[in-house]
Amino acid sequence: MLCDSCRERDAVVHLTQIVNNAVTQLHLCERCAAERGVETTVAVPKHPLGEFLHAVQQQMVPGAEAGGGKCSFCGMTMADFRATGRWGCANCYSTFEAPMRDLLRRVHGSAKHVGRAYAAPRGEETEKAALLGELRDRLRRAVESEQFEVAAGLRDRIRTLE
Amino acid sequence: MIDLSLLPDGGMRWLDASGRASDMVLSTRVRLARNVEGYAFSGRAREGERLRVLSQVRDAIAMASSLDDSVMLRLDQLAPTDRALLHERHLVSKELAGLNSEEGVRSGAAVVLGDGLGVMVNEEDHLRLQALHSGFALRETLALVERMDRELGSRLPYAFHHEFGFLTACPTNAGTGLRASVLIHLPGLVLTKEIGKVLAGLQQMGLTYRGLYGEGSEVVGNFFQISNQTTLGRSEAELLDQLERVVEHVIDREEEARRVLLRDAGYIIEDKLWRAYGTLRYARSLSFDEAMNYLSGVRLAVGLKLVTGLSVYTLNKLLIFSQAAHLASAEGHPLTESETNLARARYVRTMLEREAGQVG
Repeated sequence: MLCDSCRERDAVVHLTQIVNNAVTQLHLCERCAAERGVETTVAVPKHPLGEFLHAVQQQMVPGAEAGGGKCSFCGMTMADFRATGRWGCANCYSTFEAPMRDLLRRVHGSAKHVGRAYAAPRGEETEKAALLGELRDRLRRAVESEQFEVAAGLRDRIRTLE
Repeated sequence: MIDLSLLPDGGMRWLDASGRASDMVLSTRVRLARNVEGYAFSGRAREGERLRVLSQVRDAIAMASSLDDSVMLRLDQLAPTDRALLHERHLVSKELAGLNSEEGVRSGAAVVLGDGLGVMVNEEDHLRLQALHSGFALRETLALVERMDRELGSRLPYAFHHEFGFLTACPTNAGTGLRASVLIHLPGLVLTKEIGKVLAGLQQMGLTYRGLYGEGSEVVGNFFQISNQTTLGRSEAELLDQLERVVEHVIDREEEARRVLLRDAGYIIEDKLWRAYGTLRYARSLSFDEAMNYLSGVRLAVGLKLVTGLSVYTLNKLLIFSQAAHLASAEGHPLTESETNLARARYVRTMLEREAGQVG
């Protein structure tokens, strides 16, 4: 969110004012808030994403450059992420693993998922490939141990699958 | 124009004022962000990829019993007024409806609507599964959306990482992908000027608040959407427990504020709320903000039992149907701003007249 006053910097101070029993909100960056003499009663946490992006800009994040480069799947770079605040694909999470871990810790206080575990369903193609691999292994072993009847049966099943 | 009354639940069930604390808590929403493996996220995907995601999702939905009789609407094939209508009904986000950017609606953007359930396709994430419930009902709402999630996740390969959990376009949603929010009306805390402290307290508890329409929207009519801010490092149940405890506390604080108002400024409040009712009952032109503020007053008056005979359901309907796209849809043609204000006042007046016999 941009500062309501300068429209340049990230708003970090969110001021809720009550005027004539109506709530109005003002979002200001630190500089504009200071210029208006806004004193916050509670320490307003800085936007963790903004802070991280700033750190990346300053190249202070360990691994940001080393793990950088381009995502091999979607072509995303750290510069792209800086510009949009959004990752390009699931593979970005592996490509930029070290800075990602650091970012997630800053945003959430942890980078370790403890919620529901999930295993993706295996597609028909993947399952077929796995089964073919297994049958070919068994065929090779059957031939090596001269169990030709078994081998013939396996060869038929492989042909059908292929 | 699309007819939302044809939706499985009329697109209205979340407004029916059932559920706990429903005069204060309008609705509870739980959404899960999910992406399908093998495609770039929606914002970076090519049109062809988004359309393939859509077709894969459509196949999975056809097999999901939680979405029996659901309806799919292609946002990218709807007129702007229809998209605005869906957004005003809280069924799609501003981003999916293509209302908040110059780019407009994204190709492949769609929404699947079932009974109290919805799936936004090709929002910022491929899938945004959501359940919406009237009143304060976090657990029931989570159970609804989780059932749909398990069904879809057993057919669609979700992008999941052993360490980071469900992977999302914005890192603020990674992990559980869960955002639970409670839409709550807090006029007592606003009038007693306690609201600032309560809102600041939320942030310290890892929660956040937004306006009536979610992210980036302003607070109008004293409605606040309170939700969890973090999604990673805690389980779905822990995130919900935390939100539930805090909202319980906010409800207590609001009730206390209402008692204080009645005790210390009884006749001033009573006068103020009846004036709000009077304006809504007789005004000939109402802007959106005006209507929202007066409706807030009348809702408070109903909560304080100063006004009886007016149902919370009617108030909920007024809230939704007095918005611009809904008014245009009811009139059957586009309206200018001043026509909208006239139509709004007429609609509110008619609705209140209908129940006026009992009000006093």
